[in-house]
Amino acid sequence: MIVAVTSLGGVALAAAVALGIAAKKFAVEVDPREVAVMDALPGANCGGCGYPGCSGFAKAVVEGAAPVTGCPPGGGAVAADIASILGVTAVETEKMVAMVKCQGDNAKAKDKFHYLGIHDCRTAQQLAGGPKQCPGGCVGLGTCAKVCPFDAIEITEQGLAVVNREKCTGCQKCIPACPRSVISLAPYGATVHVLCNSHDKGPVVKKYCEVGCIGCTLCKKAVPDAYAIEKFLAHVVYDQREGSEAAVEKCPTKCIRDLGTQGYPEGSSFTMPAANA
Amino acid sequence: MEKQIYLSPSPHLHSGESTQRVMLDVIIALIPASVMSVVYFGIPALLVLLYCTVGCVVAEYACNRIMGKASTVNDYSAALTGILLALNLPPTSPWWLCLVGAFVAIVLAKQLFGGLGYNPFNPALVARVFLLISFPVEMTAWKAPKFIYSAADAVSSATPLGEIGEALMKTGKLPATMQTGSMFDFFIGHQAGSMGEMSALALLIGAAYLLYRKVITWHIPAGFVGAAFVLAGILWAYDSTVFASPMFHLLTGGLILGAFFMATDMVTSPLSAKGMLIFGAGCGILTILIRVFGSFPEGVSFAILLMNAAVPLIDRFTLPKVFGVGVQKA
Amino acid sequence: MKLKTFAGGLHPPDDFKHFSNKKPIEVCPLPPELIIPLSMHIGAPAECCVKKGDQVKRGQVIATPKGFVSLPIHASTSGEVVAVEPRLSANGTMVNAVVIKPDGEDAWVDGLEGVDPEKASIEQLRDKIRDAGCCGMGGAAFPTHVKLTPPDDKKIDVLLLNGVECEPFLTADHRLMLEQADRMLDGIRIIMQILGVRRAVIGIEENKMDAIEFLQQQTQGSNISVTPLELKYPQGCEKRLINAETGREVPSGGLPMDVGCVVQNVGTVSAVSDAVRKGLPFIERVMTISGPIVNSPKNLLARIGTPISHLLEVCGGVKEDIAKVIHGGPMMGNALPDISAPAIRGTSGVLFFGKGMVKERAIGPCIRCGRCVGVCPVHLAPTSIYGAIMNEMVDEAQTLHARDCIECGCCGYTCPSAIPLVQAIRQAKAAIWAKKK
Repeated sequence: MIVAVTSLGGVALAAAVALGIAAKKFAVEVDPREVAVMDALPGANCGGCGYPGCSGFAKAVVEGAAPVTGCPPGGGAVAADIASILGVTAVETEKMVAMVKCQGDNAKAKDKFHYLGIHDCRTAQQLAGGPKQCPGGCVGLGTCAKVCPFDAIEITEQGLAVVNREKCTGCQKCIPACPRSVISLAPYGATVHVLCNSHDKGPVVKKYCEVGCIGCTLCKKAVPDAYAIEKFLAHVVYDQREGSEAAVEKCPTKCIRDLGTQGYPEGSSFTMPAANA
Repeated sequence: MEKQIYLSPSPHLHSGESTQRVMLDVIIALIPASVMSVVYFGIPALLVLLYCTVGCVVAEYACNRIMGKASTVNDYSAALTGILLALNLPPTSPWWLCLVGAFVAIVLAKQLFGGLGYNPFNPALVARVFLLISFPVEMTAWKAPKFIYSAADAVSSATPLGEIGEALMKTGKLPATMQTGSMFDFFIGHQAGSMGEMSALALLIGAAYLLYRKVITWHIPAGFVGAAFVLAGILWAYDSTVFASPMFHLLTGGLILGAFFMATDMVTSPLSAKGMLIFGAGCGILTILIRVFGSFPEGVSFAILLMNAAVPLIDRFTLPKVFGVGVQKA
Repeated sequence: MKLKTFAGGLHPPDDFKHFSNKKPIEVCPLPPELIIPLSMHIGAPAECCVKKGDQVKRGQVIATPKGFVSLPIHASTSGEVVAVEPRLSANGTMVNAVVIKPDGEDAWVDGLEGVDPEKASIEQLRDKIRDAGCCGMGGAAFPTHVKLTPPDDKKIDVLLLNGVECEPFLTADHRLMLEQADRMLDGIRIIMQILGVRRAVIGIEENKMDAIEFLQQQTQGSNISVTPLELKYPQGCEKRLINAETGREVPSGGLPMDVGCVVQNVGTVSAVSDAVRKGLPFIERVMTISGPIVNSPKNLLARIGTPISHLLEVCGGVKEDIAKVIHGGPMMGNALPDISAPAIRGTSGVLFFGKGMVKERAIGPCIRCGRCVGVCPVHLAPTSIYGAIMNEMVDEAQTLHARDCIECGCCGYTCPSAIPLVQAIRQAKAAIWAKKK
């Protein structure tokens, strides 16, 4: 019994001493500010900052290579924390969220063919340009939802991707994942959007989608500053979005949607928050 | 929607094989052994088969529902695991033993890893080992078989391997004569043991069916049986009063069941032919070592589980050489 | 006697050739419109040199080559250029094409003349082949003159002819060997002269015994021989053919010339004969129009640019709704979204499947059965590559030699879980390529 206790105790003591020496001898010098910044970060390792994980961003921001506002999921609160750690002033930036610029689900937009194969939008796109007739429309096979680190994207039953604005942190991981570039960033404060991504001419769009933008320019005529038309596709000019909701009822195909009053696109399970934006 | 053309990637022809058909083939191959177990052990055996199979299917269905996944019950893999589990249990197993086994096999050893195709260990064997360690009394309550069994005939008996183990413990030597039967008895099934272990003949008929249907190839069974035979033979030649003969080892315990039905489980065995041979040989060697030098009379289950753990390593070193790699340009 | 073959591969239970292997080659009448894509071959797309409204003659150059690995494109008949615009091409995407409305005269352009191979220089022969737009007719459409210009350090000692046609349903090469052996043998001799080889072997699978016996007669006593090969898919892949016939293994990432071989399709060499002796450009070819729902499957000699809808009409249409249109063979061909696409230089056949041949199966999990590993002719582990790319492990996919995959489809054919393995490996290749950039 004595032998057992002393031998095990001896081994434990030796190991502790060895670890202590190793901790001192092989210690890595870390700037204490880096540790403080790491603590302030959300810790999701989403890569939205463009650096390898939160530790990479912490290192970069302390070195001065990255701006204090460089963490999109952290938003203004984290930027302010980092700014105070580093002793600089933070600049106010508007929160940006991702948005799927399409409402053409299976009920509203036609397919070229019945797709049988791997359930991935990029893979489907390689096969004759993907199943949707609209070259810019959402394929709906869920690649964006798979890569989102915050579970903010859902695919509706009718095959349309929708981003939850409250859960989205603007990390931008979904944008390169989409083979048709249907997802883009918009200010969180903006609730009126043109949900279409097709640059085809009006008659062509009408043939394959009920809710596509036909480039009729009625929105621009109604609210000239808030809308711009580029190659038969309208979009909201977000810096001047004042009054953009007036064009919603003017739009003949209803591709302009006011999320504030109309909610998320049809089929989505998300609901807009009760308070005004 | 108007009629539409289908677009899929090449190839546009398919062999028609399906996972379901593969599982069904194995179930069919196990019918002879299952029938023999009922013939020798009567209604208790039939009940064990029923409890295990139904238990596994229900466990998988329930697990799928709770995890929010589509039901995978109709790929027949749960039913197959149930039958294999039953054949690994003593014929007198109580209903709760069967259900606990079913839970461990399906939920712990399979669904929690991600379902079919993701489990690293053979589910039926994990359940058997779990039950053996948790409920040793029930798991070693062997009965003597009787052709066309009747309830009055329930007589406790040792298994052949158990008998040897006892004799070695008591006298350090093999028993002079086997009480539990002759080689021929072992071949047709007249030996005590778990339900699937007795009749080598019934199992070999099933194995022949599997080989014919190309569900399994000869590599794993050949490696298993071959290596076990060779190792047992070497030991027997060294000292035949202490080590049993190779034929004895082949025909008793779960070796034939293990070699043809358990080790050949596709999910938990290597991908390439060379890997399968190594895997089988490893199982065979470990079986004999555990039986002879270990404290358990039966070694097949542990041997297979240990080799399951080695499969990723075996795969890494035995994937075939890619055509044209390592060839110098002329 | 055991026939030559290669390791791996599979035997499809039915080769479906009975639909058309007894049908002699038939000339397909001109369609109302010809769609000739400007990008039909491997290499740089040709530069269009006609515009809307131009009148063109049969065989006239309508697009000029760009660089060495490029080919001219010719008008397949005389008529008017009604448009130069993007049209659906045989690869399923919109490609810029010259659309010609035939005038019914079918008049040849002036100035087409051949040379005598006995008197011409090797340079002249290669130029004739290039000017005719000759390319691989097995499906890959690789410019032939490039293949016949190996670098000086590569010594070629044997010319292999690919008469294998291992894809099910296709019978165009089979009929060509039976009906136009003279053109084919002439082309072989010309190519042997260009390459300076003294030995040529025609490889034919054993399901075409009539062609094997016929050609053995025709080539008796010459330095061209015929080798019957075991019926196994994909024997027709050029590296498998080299391996089966000569036992040599083309290095990974290498070419047949690295082991002293050049492989040509039997149709390609026939086109070479026409190009050299008569100066005829490559504007038509034999293609098999077949499928279980086609009323009258045929081997049609059709002009390049003929819409698939017209080819189907000539074959009497379909018995039921088309569920799938395949350009090429059923194992490696690509399904098309509709039948307006044209037949191009690499079209060996067009197949029509009804709903009975299209199975909608849910993709199951990989059960690690190992069938794909056993059947792969390149000895890859398709399921491992699938696992790697599905988990975005591009480096792992590269280590597993995803780029060596020939996309033959054997793995996808045997998978019990109906996993689209070839599609996954293609994605892996694209990801590896993107990462390299």
